[in-house]
Amino acid sequence: MEQVIIDTANHIAGHAARAARVKVVAAYPITPQTTIVEKIADFVESGEMDAEYIRVESEHSAMVACIGAAATGVRTFTATSAHGLALMHETLHWASGSRLPIVMAVVNRAMGAPWSIWPDLADSLSQRDTGWIQFYCADSQEVFDTIIQAYKLCEDEKVFLPAMVCLEGFILSHTYSPAKIPDQEKIDAYLPPYRCGWALDVDHPYSHANLVSPEWYMEFRYMIQEAMNNAKQIIPQIDKEYGKLFGLQHGGLIEKYKCEDAELILLTMGTIGSEAKLTVDKMRREGQKVGSARIRVYRPFPAEEIVKLAENSQMLATIDRHISFGMEGFLASETKAALFNRADRPPLAGFIAGLGGRDVTAETIEKIAKKSLKYATDGKVENDPIWVDLKE
Amino acid sequence: MIKEPKKRKDLPLTPLSCPTVGSMGKTGSWRTFRPEVDYSKCTKCTLCWIDCPDAAITRREDDSPEIDYDYCKGCGICANECPTKAIRMKREED
Repeated sequence: MEQVIIDTANHIAGHAARAARVKVVAAYPITPQTTIVEKIADFVESGEMDAEYIRVESEHSAMVACIGAAATGVRTFTATSAHGLALMHETLHWASGSRLPIVMAVVNRAMGAPWSIWPDLADSLSQRDTGWIQFYCADSQEVFDTIIQAYKLCEDEKVFLPAMVCLEGFILSHTYSPAKIPDQEKIDAYLPPYRCGWALDVDHPYSHANLVSPEWYMEFRYMIQEAMNNAKQIIPQIDKEYGKLFGLQHGGLIEKYKCEDAELILLTMGTIGSEAKLTVDKMRREGQKVGSARIRVYRPFPAEEIVKLAENSQMLATIDRHISFGMEGFLASETKAALFNRADRPPLAGFIAGLGGRDVTAETIEKIAKKSLKYATDGKVENDPIWVDLKE
Repeated sequence: MIKEPKKRKDLPLTPLSCPTVGSMGKTGSWRTFRPEVDYSKCTKCTLCWIDCPDAAITRREDDSPEIDYDYCKGCGICANECPTKAIRMKREED
């Protein structure tokens, strides 16, 4: 029976793993992720979830356990944050190169040093090039829905890639909010058991991801790129289909809010995208045509949709909860890259905000928007990233 | 049986390979030191059989070991692990 629960986004992520009928969970605790795998441990202990729960000695081992389990053709799940994700780095490549549809919740946390347990996107964005699909969520309902949708996507034979479902630590992870948990029978019908085309089988032994000579290595890379492009086509369809069945949609690749006639579009990721809607509403009441585009899927990067958005706007502003030291935020870089070959592209200002969990409120975003509108009027944009609320 | 690919569309999504005997040829030729079993000292504990990383030791009916010199690379793990020193490593003669 469909029910609405009030719980933390982490617990709701645990509910999603249960509802997806995950068969193997490999778990290693790290703040702010821990309560996801704790919730799953409760489910396994109480019998509400029929899964092998493997307690491992590190995140590196957690991913390797998921790889081994997924290679036998079962649905797997794990979750991590920050330094745990960094420790997994090597194995992330093994998961995608082996084309295993592992789904992992990443509870975003800033990287040390200096130590921080609060959120920014440095941890998951550092894993950009590992061949994992990356979703960024704006609320706990989206966390639940995206985990279910991620299995649907990753287990599609046109994709067969792993995915990270990212949610910001504390802002979402430990914050209570309502979420709708759809009827289990409907979820089962939507998400049938995983069928792997090349499961390990003792009766027909072979091994995966072996040594490949220069003669063929590039072709295997190209096939991952093809799968990413396929994912770009399939994600909006999945979002639509899920919406029809469960009444919940999150925008496909990009959640667009009042962008149609917007002179300024604010491009964001994660929870800043929710907050930006408040700014848009306020500024629109004051007569300024502002819109918000929350990049929900960062890999594959929705370059074509960004081009379309840019066609009708005079100014773009990216808000990155991230900095690639020595350059700018990834969202700024990649939005610019998507538009580079368009002669009619609008100017773009790149803002850095909210690192290490600093609040990015609707007021902060309004300052960003006003500064961007001034750049547009003056016809002059700073090329360097603009650090928001930086102390002198 | 997996076939050698000719075109990209023939490839599996990830490389797969089936185990075969000696796909790298007779690796015994890599050997510098040759393990030799003194069966009078062997207690048939099977440790050498368990520990051989190349599965180049087979178990006879009576549990005594038999080394397959076609594939033994001469790593010496069996000699090191043998509790009764029944396996000796001898330099191969040219």
